[in-house]
Order: sequence, then C-alpha cells, then structure tokens
Amino acid sequence: MSTAAPASALPSYDDAIARYEPVIGLETHVELGTVSKMFCGCATAFGAEPNTQVCPVCLGLPGSLPVVNEAAVRFAVLIGLALHCEIAPWCRFARKNYFYPDMPKNYQISQYDEPLCTNGWLDVEVEGEIHRVGITRVHMEEDTGKSLHVGGATGRIHGATHSLVDYNRAGIPLVEIVTEPDVRSPEVARAYVDELRELIRALGVSDVRMEQGSLRCDANASLRLRPAPGEPDAPFGTRTETKNLNSLRSVERAVRYEITRQAALLDDGERIIQETRHFDEGAGRTSSGRSKEEATDYRYFPEPDLTPLELSAEYVDEQRAALPELPAARRARLIAEHGYTARDLVDMRNAGVLDLVEQTVAAGAASPAAARKWWLNELARRASDTGAAPADLAITPADVARITVLVAGGELTDALARKVIDGVLAGEGTPDEVVAGRGLAVVADDGALTAAVDAAIAGAPDIAEKVRGGKLNAVGPLVGAVMKAMKGQADAATVRGLLLERLGTS
Amino acid sequence: MTDHPTSPVPAPAPSAVGGAAGSPGAAGTAGGDTVRLSAAATAAAIAAGELSAVEATQAALERIAKVDDTIHAFLHVDAEGALSAARRVDERRAAGETLGPLAGVPLALKDVLATRGMPTTCGSRILEGWQAPYDATVVSRLRAADVVLLGKVNMDEFAMGSSTENSAYGPTRNPWDTTRIPGGSSGGSAAAVAAFEAPLAIGTDTGGSIRQPAAVCGLVGVKPTYGGVSRYGLVAFSSSLDQAGPLARTVTDAALLHTAIAGHDPLDSTSVDLPVPAVVAAAARRDVRGVRVGVVRELSGAGYDPGVRAAFAAAVETLTELGAEIVEVSCPHFTYALPAYYLIAPSECSSNLARFDAMRFGLRVGDDGEAGAEEVMSRTREAGFGPEVKRRIILGTYALSSGYYDAYYGQAQKVRTLISRDFAAAYEQVDVLVSPTTPTPAFPIGAKVDDPVAMYLSDLATIPSNLAGGPAMSLPAGLADGLPVGIQIMAPTFADDRLYLVGGALEEALDDRRGHPLLDEIPAL
Repeated sequence: MSTAAPASALPSYDDAIARYEPVIGLETHVELGTVSKMFCGCATAFGAEPNTQVCPVCLGLPGSLPVVNEAAVRFAVLIGLALHCEIAPWCRFARKNYFYPDMPKNYQISQYDEPLCTNGWLDVEVEGEIHRVGITRVHMEEDTGKSLHVGGATGRIHGATHSLVDYNRAGIPLVEIVTEPDVRSPEVARAYVDELRELIRALGVSDVRMEQGSLRCDANASLRLRPAPGEPDAPFGTRTETKNLNSLRSVERAVRYEITRQAALLDDGERIIQETRHFDEGAGRTSSGRSKEEATDYRYFPEPDLTPLELSAEYVDEQRAALPELPAARRARLIAEHGYTARDLVDMRNAGVLDLVEQTVAAGAASPAAARKWWLNELARRASDTGAAPADLAITPADVARITVLVAGGELTDALARKVIDGVLAGEGTPDEVVAGRGLAVVADDGALTAAVDAAIAGAPDIAEKVRGGKLNAVGPLVGAVMKAMKGQADAATVRGLLLERLGTS
Repeated sequence: MTDHPTSPVPAPAPSAVGGAAGSPGAAGTAGGDTVRLSAAATAAAIAAGELSAVEATQAALERIAKVDDTIHAFLHVDAEGALSAARRVDERRAAGETLGPLAGVPLALKDVLATRGMPTTCGSRILEGWQAPYDATVVSRLRAADVVLLGKVNMDEFAMGSSTENSAYGPTRNPWDTTRIPGGSSGGSAAAVAAFEAPLAIGTDTGGSIRQPAAVCGLVGVKPTYGGVSRYGLVAFSSSLDQAGPLARTVTDAALLHTAIAGHDPLDSTSVDLPVPAVVAAAARRDVRGVRVGVVRELSGAGYDPGVRAAFAAAVETLTELGAEIVEVSCPHFTYALPAYYLIAPSECSSNLARFDAMRFGLRVGDDGEAGAEEVMSRTREAGFGPEVKRRIILGTYALSSGYYDAYYGQAQKVRTLISRDFAAAYEQVDVLVSPTTPTPAFPIGAKVDDPVAMYLSDLATIPSNLAGGPAMSLPAGLADGLPVGIQIMAPTFADDRLYLVGGALEEALDDRRGHPLLDEIPAL
C-alpha cells in the first residue's frame, strides 16, 4: 500500500489547479477554556506536572460516572450561535469505542448523529473576496490523555523503548467544528482557520493556541477535473484527511502539497486512496497514516451514563443575547467609524494591538490614525524587542492617547514623543510627568532658538551661501545643527522655516 | 411523580405488627440467636442498650467463621474495620447520641461496589487485589447510616450470571441445600443473609440479580426504580439497567436498607431528584384491601415448574383473602424481553469493560518489556476475563458493529419501548403486577454451566422491570420440594412504596398461615 508519492515528479501547484479543482473541508478541535473538565471537577490548566489533575472519573476507574459540565455546554452553544448554527433543543452524547492507552475508558464520550449545533456558516475574506464556508456541525466531546514515547530518537512511537501517559488532558472539554466541503483553495482554508480562531477568541471560550494544541485542525482534500464551459461540476473525488495541523501556515502548506500530490497521481491514472495522512513540517510533505479501509469501527451508541441534553429556547436566547461583538461586525464598524482600511485591521490584529488601538481611541487619542501609528509602528516593535506582548507593556492606552494629543498640539515632536515613551516604560510616571521630569517640551520660540539659528548660519557659511543661492535642500545640515544645539527640543519644520527666513529665501 | 401515596388504598390505622422490633421468632440476644435477629430487631436492641454493636458484629463474624467455609459467600472479611465501626456506634450511644434506624447493624456488600479500605474484585481475576481509592455513593451512605460493613461478598464475574458459578473465586453455595446454586449474580449477598452471616446485604440487579437469588434463598430482595439509588461507584455491567438494592429476611428490613441507600446523587446523572418513596411506612401498613393486583399472563405458564406455579397460586390466593382485587393482564411484548436484554446488556458491557486494559489498575499480563501496549492489553484481557464475560463482550461488540447496529441494538431499544408501553397499559388497570420470580427453584451446581441459554432463562420474569426501569420485589412464596420459591411484585416507576405495601401484608399473612417465617425451615448448617 504505497501511497506516499506518485511515480512522476509533482506538477507545479499552478499547473495542478489549472486542471483540477480542489475540494476542501476542515475539522477543527478546540479545547474549551473552562475551569474544570468536561465530566468531572478536575482542573484544566496547561503545563501542570503529569497526572496531577486527575480523579476516578477522568482516569476511568471502575464505577466512576461522568457528569456534564454546564459551562462547557454554554461555551459550545456560544460557538454554535456565533457560527449561525441551529442549536438542537434535544441532543445526546454517544460513546466512540476504540482502544488506545491514552484513552482512560477506551471509549471517548462524544456526539454522533445527534450533535448540539448544525447547519451554520462563517464568512471568510481573502484578497477582498468573501467566501462563505458552510458549517455542518459543532459537537462536544472529551479530550484524550497524552502519550510520551521514551527511548527513541524522535519522540515518536517508532523506536521508543516505552511510553508514559499523562492523563491531565484526559477529559478536557473539546468542540469539534466540521465544515461542508465548501473550500476551494489553500488560502481560503488558512483564512477560515484564522477567522474561526478570531471568532472563538472574541467569544472568550478558548485561548485557541495552536502551538499548545488548544486549537487543532484536520484538512480533508480531494480533486476533481474542472468542467468544460457549460458542463456540470464533476462529482467529488476521493479525499484524504491530513491530521493535526498545528499552525495556520501548516494548514495552507499541507493542503497545497496534497493538491500537487493528488494531481500527479491522477495524471498517472492512479486512484487516490482514502486515508489519513500526516504533515511533516520540515519536509513540507504529507505521508500516509492509517487507511480508512482498515479503520476502526467505532461502534457508536448513545451514552447510557448521561441523560439527553435539553436546552430551552429561553436558554438559547439568553446565550444569543450574551454574544459579544464578533470579529466581522467589529471590522465593519472600525472601518466605518475610524476610517481604517481592511489592511490596517489585518496589520493591527497580527501585531496584537487592535484592542489597544481601539482603547486608545476611546481614551481620547488625537485621531484613530495616530493611535494606530503609535501602537503599530512604535510600541509593537518595542514589545517584540523584549519578547513581550504589546498589551503587557508598562504603558496604558490612556498614556498613548495623551501622547498623540501632545504631538498633535505641537507640544511634542515624534522624536520627543519616543523619549516620553521611554520614560513611561521606565516607570517615570504619566506622559505629562515624564515631559516635566525630563524637560522634553518643544521649545517653540524665540530667544534660544533664534540664537541657535544664527549660530548655525555663522558656523557654516558655505552652506548658508548655497541656500541663499536657491539650493533649498542644502539647508538640512543647518537644521541638524540647530536641533542638536536645542537637544531635540524644537520642531524640525519650525527650525527649517526659521533658517530659510533668516537666509532670505522664504 | 413527587409524592407517591398508594392512592387506591383506603388509609387504615397502622398495624400493631410494624415498628422496629417486628421480627418474629428470635428474641434472644446471645450467640447463635443474635445472628438470627432481623436488622430492625438488632438496631432496636442496640438502641435500647440490650445489645452492643460490637456484640452484634462479633456474633456475625463468628457465624462467618463457622459457616463460610461451607457457604463461601465472603470474598473478603474486614473484621477489624467492622469492629471499629461498631465500637464507634457504641461510643456514640454511650455519649447519648440518637442513632439511625440501622446503626450498628452488620451488612454484607456485593463486591461490585467501590469500597475504600477493602478490595473490589467484581468476582474477576482482572481486578484481583485492586483497592478503589474512593467509596461508591451506596457505601458512603451506609457508612453515614452507621451500618457495619462486614466485608465483600461473592458474585458472578462483573454481575454476569444467575448462579454465582461465574465468579473467578469459586461458587457460593445455597444455605438451603449446599449442592445447589444460591442464584446470581448477587449469590454471595443472598447466601450470606440466608446463612445468618449478616442480617442485610446489598446486591445489584441488571436482569434479576437481586430478585432471583432472593427467591431461591427464601429472602426479600428489591430492585428499586432505575435512578432511585445512585450508581456512582457501582462497577458497571449494563449502565442503563444496573441498580443496587437491598436483600433482607423481612420486608421491613429491606425497606430500612432501601431508605438508607436511596436518594438523589449529583455524581450520577441518571439519579433522579425526587423524594425517596415512603417505603418503611408502606411496609408497616399491612392492609391491601382494594389494591388491584395484576397477574401477568405471559409470566406464569409454560416454562415454569409446577412447584413454582403452585406456590405462586397460593400466594395470589392469599392476596385475594386479604381483600386485594386480582385481575389477569396481558403484556404481549414481555415475550421479547429476554432477547432484547441479551442485546442491550452485552452491548453496553462490551463498552463498559473496555477500561480493563492493564494500563492504570488491576491485572497486567505479558508486560515482558518486548510486548507493545496493545499486546499487553490483549494478553491481560485474555487471562483476566472468564468465559461468560468474554462471551458477552463478543456478543455486544458484534451487536454494535457498523451494519448490524440497527438490526440488533436499535431493534432491541424499540422492544424496550414496547415493553414500557405494556407496563403503562397494565398500570392503567392495576396498581401492581405479580408473577413467579423465577421459573425454577435453585438448581444443582454445575447443572447449567454448559448451557448458557438455559441459564439465561432464569431471568425470564425479572428482566422486563430492568428494561422498563420500574421497581420490583421478590418475596418468599413458599417451598417447592423443600426449596424456596419467590413471588415477584412489580410497580410503576417511582412507586416503590407499593412493593412494600403489598409485600408487607403478604409476608405477614404467609408467615401467619405457616406459623413462622419461611427461613425458620432452613436446615441447620
């Protein structure tokens, strides 16, 4: 059963998609950020000592029984509502039976044919175009423990001498979000996961950290021939499922690789084998995992230890009313109210400053543009220099708002404002206190400035002569000399004006 | 369904026979007589200072030492724990505290309930030596009621069986005839009570595992309404059917124990949040005039021994004499109960027993440093489970498999619904239903071990109540060829008190007619 690579060389991606249309669906697991586990009272904190957050229930000891965590149900309902799903007034848990050492009961409590949420959608924007991705279902389940394979070179089970199991993760609540096969490109696949992550973060129901596994994605992909003009679409091809993609970039790369791999096989007249595949980030390739043909029969049946979940319409309405502003609505509002571009919003979000910018505007910033500029250009850089998040900097949105006001009023130059930021970050007080303490206010006038201008002209007669002769751009070194003499506490534009005036050219 | 008055009954004055000291026949308090006291009489004697809890416990321990080599009811005797619990009761009494109605009464626990400080084996090699790090809710309620836990008693492995021959630790013997089975799966519980090793025992009932042993050992056994007693800590055989309940020598004793263990438990999602039915008061009422009793046509004809039928008919006749109205009712789908049960119970067990995999607790076989986890799981399960357990795991795995689910598990669930409807229709005509508890008296050890289907037929009459969830009691009806047989009383869900109302009155009338309790006829050991 060699399916790893086709015989001939892979076609280019562009060549592949010119002939084949990719059909992509995504399954995303999200760990919910509840205080306790799905079916017991154990803590859920990440990174605790192995097997310290366990009890008879999540260890599956004989006689123990599960009890549903109401907070987890509420979080799942919020996700379903945010994805425009129908919330089932009655649903059940089911047992998914299979043996694995990190599964305490050797069955997972999940949902099968009666999920909590069905039939929703999420709009995803890529390069100005909106793609609507259908959501088939959102269901609840419990996470498994984690196996640690010891003694091998790679940490993988192959070559290991023994394995250790940490059950801290066993029983952490998960939702699985399954899309329709609506996605047609790796870029949209990536953008979907990105948007979903934003959405769930905005709901505050998970920390959605892909690198810690609190959001994990499986990508199903198949190809079909593009129809000739006027012809109907071809039926879907056989799909593969690439498991456990743990970054946005991996989602895109893995799907892109599968497209070229499958195209090469189809070009050779071979069939695609339905199977799970693993993505090797280093090599940028997928490799065969378990074939569906030899897959486990999970023998689902309704979980007899739990009663069906019945949610009243009032309850669902309450949750709907409690939904916060969702990312798409927020973006529309920020564009309309603050004049940002879509690109600005992406930049601010990627830099982790969007909330801070909004708070800065709310705190009375001189303008939304100024708030954006200072956070995105100056503060985000300083944060990344120290490895901190912008939100963790020792400067508040109110401080930044005050600085933008001082700059707009001409009381600070950009250069001076940076020094004020230095002072605030160094704990010297509010911006006004730093201005006073360090003596950073712009010197707008007269005596000292006029003297500095005259001294600069006197100190460089050759340059002064050039400027008098009409070469206005030659004034730069004189501006520099004045600014130096003023220790930066002057406005460069003002200085330039004064110099040109004195040299009789303005 | 909150309060459950036994509405059809005109309220009579409480009978004088009720009350704490209602056990006839054994008034003495010393030695051999102490162990023959009912639980109510034991508790009353302790409360009155006529008997200490330590004496009662000591007497039970001595009886166990004397007869259990023959009976083999106990898998584990916790003499030290029992005596120290008894001492605490005596100290508290001495300090003037008011004690509960079962304080100081010794009890035998079926070895399927997680119990701190004792092994919990479920009658299986796979759990040999395992100690649960927590108490089942039933166990913690018994401790809270100051009941003295003598130890753990034998059972068919994981409660699968009707004879206790499926225990990995050897069969238990019926105290009426030690060549015969004590019933199962709660055979250790029944034998311990019938052999006067304990006045009370906890059993569990998935398809008749309390009622059938009670019937063949001449005891009162009750399966409460599903959801009435917490399953937390009851090692699951079939989650949607399992229910713990009392085994006792009298209806009143069963009612006291039922009350001690019942009630809502937030740790069990299937436990119902309703008041516990007033079973002790119902047991004391002794008046069934006007109660409508339905005889289930499908549970009395072919397949039932003549002796069983005769004793049952006599008991029904007694109810008539007591003023009950007897009607014959038909529950046509009961015919399908046994096959439906043998799809649902194995299906659930195939999943419930998956956790016995050598990874976290219990037996581990073949971990030689070479074998992988899957291989160790497989070797352990091969060595650790007995043949009946394997048979049911395989049956259930098959029934749940893709392509077969609808035809087997799905179909069985539909039958279950039809059986519930049969019950509902019957209870529109009558207040309780009755039938023989078992088709035969106790059979000889070894008689049915090679014929699983014949063994399964032992539960013909008891299974419908498990499938529908309603409560049911087995009460001694009489003897057939010198062996006890039972009459089963069934009631609607959450009307457990009706069992005790009818059971209490019938017990009194049968004892009066006989001149003594049935158990007085048990041969000396």
